[in-house]
Amino acid sequence: MPTDQLSAVFGALADPTRRAILARLIGGDLTVAEVAMPFPVSQPAISRHLKVLEGAGLISRRRRATARLSHLEAEPLRDATSWLARYQEFWDESYERLDTLLMTMQDDHRDGSPPGDREGRNEP
Amino acid sequence: MKNTAIIAEPGVPFVEVTREFDAPRELIFRAFTEPELLVQWLGPRRMIMTIDRYDVRDGGSWRYTHRDGDGNEYGFHGVFHGRPSPDWMVQTFEFEGAPGHVSLDSLVLEDLGGRTLARTRSVFQSVEDRDAMVSSGMEQGMNEGYERLDELIARLAVTA
Repeated sequence: MPTDQLSAVFGALADPTRRAILARLIGGDLTVAEVAMPFPVSQPAISRHLKVLEGAGLISRRRRATARLSHLEAEPLRDATSWLARYQEFWDESYERLDTLLMTMQDDHRDGSPPGDREGRNEP
Repeated sequence: MKNTAIIAEPGVPFVEVTREFDAPRELIFRAFTEPELLVQWLGPRRMIMTIDRYDVRDGGSWRYTHRDGDGNEYGFHGVFHGRPSPDWMVQTFEFEGAPGHVSLDSLVLEDLGGRTLARTRSVFQSVEDRDAMVSSGMEQGMNEGYERLDELIARLAVTA
């Protein structure tokens, strides 16, 4: 995914109302009125949120009779989160592995040290 | 539960990663500077890391690759600047998939009395470079109800 589209996706996801709208659309396509129902904001405000989500490619909109339905587009969301999660995942996993290695190194160190050398140091 | 905190503020070309370790800083410094130790932890488990060179001294160069199960290989290289020590270790970092987009990375190991805080800071050439690596919205996304998003993704995965 190009960086500018990613920025649009992250910008769209930064708002809690918009995240909640996406969550509502998991259940199926909804009209603006249906989307707006649980929110304590006006329908025009919801329309603005939908426009942002559409701009980010997170939803698409189609007409059915007189209603305009919003449809969740899961792909950019998956791309964005996998992309976003990568850096965090990289360091989370690396540092967990480092924890394990450090434990082994400390055991080795302890084996070669006089008894009680390290154990006593961390006591309060 | 230890948290790896990643800070990438909008509009500035920096990324900071901090993490506490339950070990003295000398050990952590060794794990960062001895290739036979580094290879045991840097990178995701599913990747195989191979170090071509890791010359930890002022002007010394390094290169390693990460290979995934599908045979894709990702190369990285750079140069150490200044004499690396637990107080201050500085190096350039370049992903070979994006040649010329180099970041300047520093590592500081803070002694917390038996425990250690590892603080890395990457300075990119531009915000765009930084954002190509980590999103500017990342911090926001993580701090503002990121659990919510996790939940959403979990549900998406189920319905997919």
